[in-house]
Amino acid sequence: MREAIVTVKKKRRSGDGLTAFFFLLPNIVGFFMFTAIPVLASLLISFYDWPIIGDMKFVGFNNYIRLFTKDALFVKVIGNTVFYAVIYVGLNIVIAMSLALWLTSRIHFANVYKSLFFIPQVTPIVATSLIWKWLYLPQFGLVNQFLGLLGIPDINWLGTMEWAMLGIIIMSVWQGFGYNMVLFTAGLYGIPHTIIEASIIDGAGSWKRFWKITLPLLSPTLFFAVVMTVISSFQVFDQTMIMTNGGPANSTNTIVLYLFQNGFTFFKMGYASSIAWVLFAIILVLTMIQMKLQKDWVYYE
Amino acid sequence: MEDKSPIIAGKLHVRNLDAARNRFLSILSNLALFIIAFVFMIPFIGMVFTSLKPENEVLSIPPTLFGTRIDWSNYVRAWTFFPFGRFLLNSVFVALATTVLAVTTSSLAAYAFSRLRFRGRDTLFLIYLGTLMIPQQVTVIPLFLLMKHFGWSDTFQAMIVPSAFTAFGTFLLRQFFLTIPYEMEEAGRIDGCSAFGLYFRIIMPMAKPGIATLSIFTFIGQWKSFLWPLIITNTDRCKTIPLGIYMFNGQYGTDWSGMMAAASIAIIPSMIIYAFFQRYLVEGISITGMGGR
Repeated sequence: MREAIVTVKKKRRSGDGLTAFFFLLPNIVGFFMFTAIPVLASLLISFYDWPIIGDMKFVGFNNYIRLFTKDALFVKVIGNTVFYAVIYVGLNIVIAMSLALWLTSRIHFANVYKSLFFIPQVTPIVATSLIWKWLYLPQFGLVNQFLGLLGIPDINWLGTMEWAMLGIIIMSVWQGFGYNMVLFTAGLYGIPHTIIEASIIDGAGSWKRFWKITLPLLSPTLFFAVVMTVISSFQVFDQTMIMTNGGPANSTNTIVLYLFQNGFTFFKMGYASSIAWVLFAIILVLTMIQMKLQKDWVYYE
Repeated sequence: MEDKSPIIAGKLHVRNLDAARNRFLSILSNLALFIIAFVFMIPFIGMVFTSLKPENEVLSIPPTLFGTRIDWSNYVRAWTFFPFGRFLLNSVFVALATTVLAVTTSSLAAYAFSRLRFRGRDTLFLIYLGTLMIPQQVTVIPLFLLMKHFGWSDTFQAMIVPSAFTAFGTFLLRQFFLTIPYEMEEAGRIDGCSAFGLYFRIIMPMAKPGIATLSIFTFIGQWKSFLWPLIITNTDRCKTIPLGIYMFNGQYGTDWSGMMAAASIAIIPSMIIYAFFQRYLVEGISITGMGGR
C-alpha cells in the first residue's frame, strides 16, 4: 500500500517534471544565454588582454592588479562613486521617508502629490539630464539666479571640480527619491491603525512615536529600500555621461562610465570586464554586510 | 445644560483653541507641501516654456516664463536635424516587443515555479533570485561580443532579445500567482484541462494586475534604457529616443531651446503612458518592495 502511494507520487512528480520543462524552456534558454552565461563569461574575459581586433592573451590577475596599483584614475573613480553613493543614498532615503510620512498625514490630494513626485522615475534620465544642465548654467541658470536672490555668488555647478559631483547628486536625488517614497507610503499604510491609536492614547508624542513605533514596524521596507538604493547608486551612468562626461578633470567619472570608456572607447574588453567584476564585488560585499547588520535593527513580525 | 460650570466652559474653550490650532497647522502643512511640489516641478515647467521660446531669448536675467512669441521652430529643429520620428517609433516598437516577450516567457516560467512540482525547483529558483543582484553592466561586454558573433550588431533583435528573459519578471509573477487560491484550478483540473489550459484560461486572467505591473515595468525600463542601445547601435536605423537626445546634446549642446524641445519630445510621451498605468506601477512597487513577503 505504502509503496503504491510512493509510486503514484513519483509518477505524478515525473509527469509534472516534463510539463515544467516545457513551461520553463523559453525563459531558461534566454536566462542562461543572456544572463547566467554572460556573467561567467565576463569573469573569464577579465583574465584576458582582449582587444576588439587582434589576439586575446591570458594575463591572469594582471587586469585587477593594474586597476588597484597602477591605475590612479580607477582609484579616483571608486572614490567618486563612493562619495556619490553615500550622499545620494542618505538624501534619497531621508527625503523619501519625510515625504511619505507627510503624505500619509492629513493632506488633501495626497495621491496627486505622490504621482507628481514619481514622474521622473518614468522619464529618460538622458532627457532630465539636459534640463538640469540648463538649470545649472552659470549666470543664466535658474539655480544660480535663485541663489543670487539670496545673495549667494554665482556657482559654476558642472564646470568646477568642487561642485560638479554635488550638482549631479542633487539632480539624481530629484530624479530618484520618488520610488522609495511610494515604497514607504505603501509600508506606512500597512501599519495597523490600532497600534498607532494605542500609542496616542499612551501619550506618545509624534517624534517619539516615529522612532519607537513607526520606524521599527517599517524597518523591513526601509531595509529593502536601502539595499536596493545602494545597489543602484553604484551603477550611476546616464547623468555623469550626459551632464559632464566625467569631467571636469574626471571629478565626476564613475565606475560604470569608466567601464564604458575602457570597453567602448578604448576597446579594452578584458580590462573593462575586470572593472565590471570589481563593481559586482563591491555591490555583493555591501549587500552581504547589510544582510548581516539587519539583525540589529530590522524587526520582522 | 444652559449654564455650564466654569470648569467645563474652560475646557471647551481650550478644545476650541486646540481645534483652531490644528486646523491652522493643517492648512500650513498643505500649503508647504504645495510649494515643495511646485519647486519640484520647476525643471519640467521650465523645459516646456523654454522649448517654446525664440532661441535668442532663452538666456535672460531675470528669467522670463514667456518669450516675446511662441516659437514652434525649436520642435521643428529637434524633429528634423535627427530623425526623431523614426527614433520615437523605434522606442515604441522595442519597448512593446520586449514587453510581449518578457511577459510570455516570465509567466510560463512563473507558472512552473508556483504551481508545478519538479526536482530542483527550489535550487533553480534560488539561482534566478541570485541574479537579481547582479548589475546589468556586468553582462554588457559578453553580450556585446555575443551579439557581434550572432551578426546582430545594430539590429532590433539585439535591442530586444537580451532584455526579454527577466529573472525579475519571473520572480514578480510567481509572487502574484502564489496569491491565487489553488481551488480556482480544481474545477478546471476536474474538467480535464491540461496544465497549459489552466495557465492560459485560469491563472493568466486572474493575474491581470500582475501582468499589467510587469508590462509597465518592462516597457518603461526599455523606454529609458540608454547604456545598451548606446553600445549596440551605430546607425539611425534602430536608435531610440534617449540616443537621439544624446546626439542632439553632442551636436547642438548650446541650442537650449532646441534641447528643451528634444527633452519634451522624450518626456511628454512618458508622462502620458504613466498617466494611464500609474496604478499598476504603484501596486507593483508595493508588492515587490515587500521583499516578496
